[in-house]
Amino acid sequence: MFAFLVAQASDWITPVIDWHAVAPELVLVAGINIVLLIDLNISDAKKWVLATLTGFVMLGALLPVVTLAVIGDDSRSLFDGRYVIDEYALILKAFFLLVAYVVILMSQTELEEGGYYQGEFYVLMLCSVLGMVMMSSARDLISIFVALELLSIPAYMLAAWRKRDVKSNEAGVKYYLLGVFASGVMLYGMSFLFGATNSTLLTDIGAALTDGDLNGLEVVGVVFVICGFAFKISAVPFHTWAPDTYEGAPTPVTAFLSVASKAAGFVALVSIIFLAFPNASDVYEPLIWTLAALTMTVGNVLALRQTNIVRMLAYSSVSQGGFILMPLAFAGNSNAGGSALNAVVVYLLVYGFMNLGAFAIVIAVSRKTRSGEISSFGGLFGYAPGLAVAMTVFFASLAGIPPLGGWFAKFNAFRAVLQAETNPAYVLAAIAAVNTVVSAAYYMRVLRSVWMDDAPDGDTSPVVTPAPIVAALGITVIGTLVVGVYPNAITRFAELKDLTGAIVP
Amino acid sequence: MLAVNFLLLGAVLFCIGVYGVLVRRNAVMVLMSIELILNAVNINLVAFSVMNGNLDGQVFALYVIAIAAAEVGVGLAMVLMIYRNRKSIALDELSEMKG
Repeated sequence: MFAFLVAQASDWITPVIDWHAVAPELVLVAGINIVLLIDLNISDAKKWVLATLTGFVMLGALLPVVTLAVIGDDSRSLFDGRYVIDEYALILKAFFLLVAYVVILMSQTELEEGGYYQGEFYVLMLCSVLGMVMMSSARDLISIFVALELLSIPAYMLAAWRKRDVKSNEAGVKYYLLGVFASGVMLYGMSFLFGATNSTLLTDIGAALTDGDLNGLEVVGVVFVICGFAFKISAVPFHTWAPDTYEGAPTPVTAFLSVASKAAGFVALVSIIFLAFPNASDVYEPLIWTLAALTMTVGNVLALRQTNIVRMLAYSSVSQGGFILMPLAFAGNSNAGGSALNAVVVYLLVYGFMNLGAFAIVIAVSRKTRSGEISSFGGLFGYAPGLAVAMTVFFASLAGIPPLGGWFAKFNAFRAVLQAETNPAYVLAAIAAVNTVVSAAYYMRVLRSVWMDDAPDGDTSPVVTPAPIVAALGITVIGTLVVGVYPNAITRFAELKDLTGAIVP
Repeated sequence: MLAVNFLLLGAVLFCIGVYGVLVRRNAVMVLMSIELILNAVNINLVAFSVMNGNLDGQVFALYVIAIAAAEVGVGLAMVLMIYRNRKSIALDELSEMKG
């Protein structure tokens, strides 16, 4: 055994590190330390500085992402291809940093008024974002696992941030237990993949798995890994934590979980399916087909009967997850594979803008009404026309009404599925079409209340919206509108060639 | 081959762990069941690593051990938090939200 270790050690070569390529991660690491140190040394009255500083760290990390994108279209590969910075990774890094920036804008007033711990909140948020930024580049089972835990563990704590509130405790504990259980299942699958293919590198696993010739170990590995990620993206039947966690957690954290954390799960799933499982489509296609059909249907049916807006948005985000998952079921189809990658990434970007915007509205309105009931939005147009119009944009976009971003994302997903030209594809597209109509029902119910009803208690004093939330709304409205009107702005960043090493059989 | 025995041990530990997570109502017992699952993973990884003559598996196991420690740290802190607020760590009593 010892001789074996020495034999391997003699081959050791110090890896060459491309500092420019890892600059976004380094900025975040430096930012985490700076925010933590400053938090220790300032008085409670000055904690608002930390929010501003965290915002600047996010934008500072965005800077090297932009320079990397401008400089070259070639991919940079570190550590023997285990950490790859290609255009697919860059667009998602930019997305995660922008989402985190908007969430910080949304949480600033909430944290100050709610009497929460502030410094620790921002530090944990930065840690979680670091995990997401790493996830977009991770191309190895070990780095995917480390990135997943780095983004999840701070998120468990953020969900339970209201320490004295039993609902928030419950939200944190449920999220934690199911999240850790899911990573255990996923790791068990990964251990089988490693055993069957003798590698942890995704592209090596992809080369070792061959369709029609998969042994038992490989099948179990593929199924367990996908089920582990299904928890993360709250796909039915692994969604049971999502509504309770979303309702109990502080609303800005809910926005963060339902957009960024879910997107990170999808990013890992996309990397794994396109790099490691391209030749295992016999196993994952039926599995993802079933997950997608169940997720969109069950999410929608349960969203219909909700009276609490956050809980409704929770089920709506479950069902939107089904639409994002839908094209992945045809990732191994030679006609649809390329469009499937494009559809998933585009849907994630659009979903990020519209869902964050919807939560920003909920935060802004509930500062006045102190209620989470859908009926409390009645008459919003009468006393806060600006918020009502923004809310209409987000909800209409979530429902998929042209010319908003959500419409284009749905169109793109349907197109990818129909390109597969197989019977399962037509059936799934039909299920999705029915679900689109059903989902419009509950989004429109909220909008009817906003435009038609009277204010429930006759209180029509104007809503005071703090400047950071106005900024968050501005960014999300512009994002939602621009993608709908000019989709080329984002579709060209998510081609199949941008994911290094991706092959469609 | 001896590796089969290790894989069987791993599978048994995994099943006991999953059973514990699904059936146990005490939060600390559920945390311990999750530890069993992670240890099943470690046994698998080390067995495969020796079987294939590839050190990656052992490195993976070290990462799993380190991260499991961090996870349990957070988990026990949460259990302590619900104990302080409710004087109970029974998971089936955590039902403030429904629907």
